Amino acid sequence: MLDKKMSCKRFESFCAALDKNEHYQKFKAYRDKVLALGNDSLEKTIAIAVSLCLVCAVLVSFAAVALKPLQVNNKELDMKRNILDVAGLLEEGTDINSAFAEQIEAKVVDLETGDYVENINANEYDQRKAAKDPAQSVAIPKEKDIAHIRIKAKYAKVFLVKEAGSIKSIILPVNGYGLWSTLYGFLSLDPDGQTVQSINFYDQAETPGLGGEVVNPNWRALWKGKKVYAETDQPSLEKGLITEADVGEPALSLIKGVVDNTKPGSQYQVDGLAGATLTSTGVTNLVRYWMSNEGFALYLKKVRTAKRG
Amino acid sequence: MSAVLNDETKKVLTTPLVNDNPITLQVLGICSALAVTSQMSTSLIMALALTLVTAFSSAAISAIRNHIPGSIRIIVQMTIIASLVIVVDQILKAFAYEVSKQLSVFVGLIITNCIVMGRAEGYAMKNPPLESFMDGIGNGLGYSLILIIVAFFRETLGSGKLLGYEVFKLAKDGGWYDPNGLMLLPPSAFFIIGLIIWAVRQWKPNQVEKVEYKIMSIAHGDGGHH
Repeated sequence: MLDKKMSCKRFESFCAALDKNEHYQKFKAYRDKVLALGNDSLEKTIAIAVSLCLVCAVLVSFAAVALKPLQVNNKELDMKRNILDVAGLLEEGTDINSAFAEQIEAKVVDLETGDYVENINANEYDQRKAAKDPAQSVAIPKEKDIAHIRIKAKYAKVFLVKEAGSIKSIILPVNGYGLWSTLYGFLSLDPDGQTVQSINFYDQAETPGLGGEVVNPNWRALWKGKKVYAETDQPSLEKGLITEADVGEPALSLIKGVVDNTKPGSQYQVDGLAGATLTSTGVTNLVRYWMSNEGFALYLKKVRTAKRG
Repeated sequence: MSAVLNDETKKVLTTPLVNDNPITLQVLGICSALAVTSQMSTSLIMALALTLVTAFSSAAISAIRNHIPGSIRIIVQMTIIASLVIVVDQILKAFAYEVSKQLSVFVGLIITNCIVMGRAEGYAMKNPPLESFMDGIGNGLGYSLILIIVAFFRETLGSGKLLGYEVFKLAKDGGWYDPNGLMLLPPSAFFIIGLIIWAVRQWKPNQVEKVEYKIMSIAHGDGGHH
């Protein structure tokens, strides 16, 4: 017999009904029979295996189902917090849900044309899920895949911060491979589609203290005011920085050491992470990839035109 | 308190701390001790998760120990352990989202942690549930103790912080401390654990294993080349 005897006092009526049920009586008789068998008999082995699996399955499913709403909520809240943070709207004590609802508008962008896709509900669209769905994603040709992500969603979910009807910041999702992990983050730009406001990686597993410093607020502050695309009227003199990037191409990169702000071209440079060359290269590549024609270049062009027009 | 605990429970609770520590004496659970100890916060959560899983899995296995068929013994243990680990992982995702993000795969890897299996097979299969539960807690605490010591050195020396608070002002922020990057990488935990094992065995020489073979001296007169 099992050590734990069912305590029936609190469920008397239930137990009384159970006792009358002939299936339960059969089950009880079978249980006693099996438990009395030798431990190494085939029947007992199978019976124990099956019942153990049942009990464990119920336990695991119960935990998964019961905790799901909390987990989904956590995930959403975390995402909203990150978007507010990259938009510079996160302050101590901000109510994340209401701040997000009031100030941030989600939009879905067709990466191929750079147009907004109006027939998809942007609030429900999940770009990371879409990237995993063959019907909603495209494979990236190897020679273009500098961010090493292999597949991207056809449609990207961008976020706009608006103030008095005009755009204040454009928040773009970016991802790319670092040293150990794919880094997922948001890059927020001024409405000129050129000046960086902030960057924020919300999902990464780089070495803590080295590559993991991508989340360090001091390092992230260095990005403010940097330029994404090479500008025609002030070509950079820095060698190795702009040689392969034609004018108008993404030029922003992380360099080794500390950026000398007096040098020309420093507007395209951010300090690399000390001791994390591969993560730094990964960040450069993912920014360049997502800012290229493969990513948001067309969309940003259209945003600029719309603003002028 | 002492009235509640009988001698056996007291013994299983305290001996794994130093005298029979799962990491320093049995040299089990090293993998996760390397992986999660670069920060104190992840180490503490990992220690807590492992302690709970060891305790509850030992108790559950012990409760049905007389009915576990020998031929599927290990699978039965693994099923119980794996289920508990998934539950712990789900709970962390629901109530400690930030930490669960940092621990990522390591919580799932408690399933393969040798300490959990070791206690199930070595103790819970032969002893009653309450003692097994306490044995799980004791071994979890022994593991936690080492994790905390390792994390203390790795986080302070590696990033100048402890639990995220600044301890040494870093040179890059205008302070004096130039952090030791090695401390942030898993091999440093090997060195620290090695030093701890050495220190414990200096203190308690009975933990030193018997020599299984002798290294031959090559310096005797008539040996060597002629």
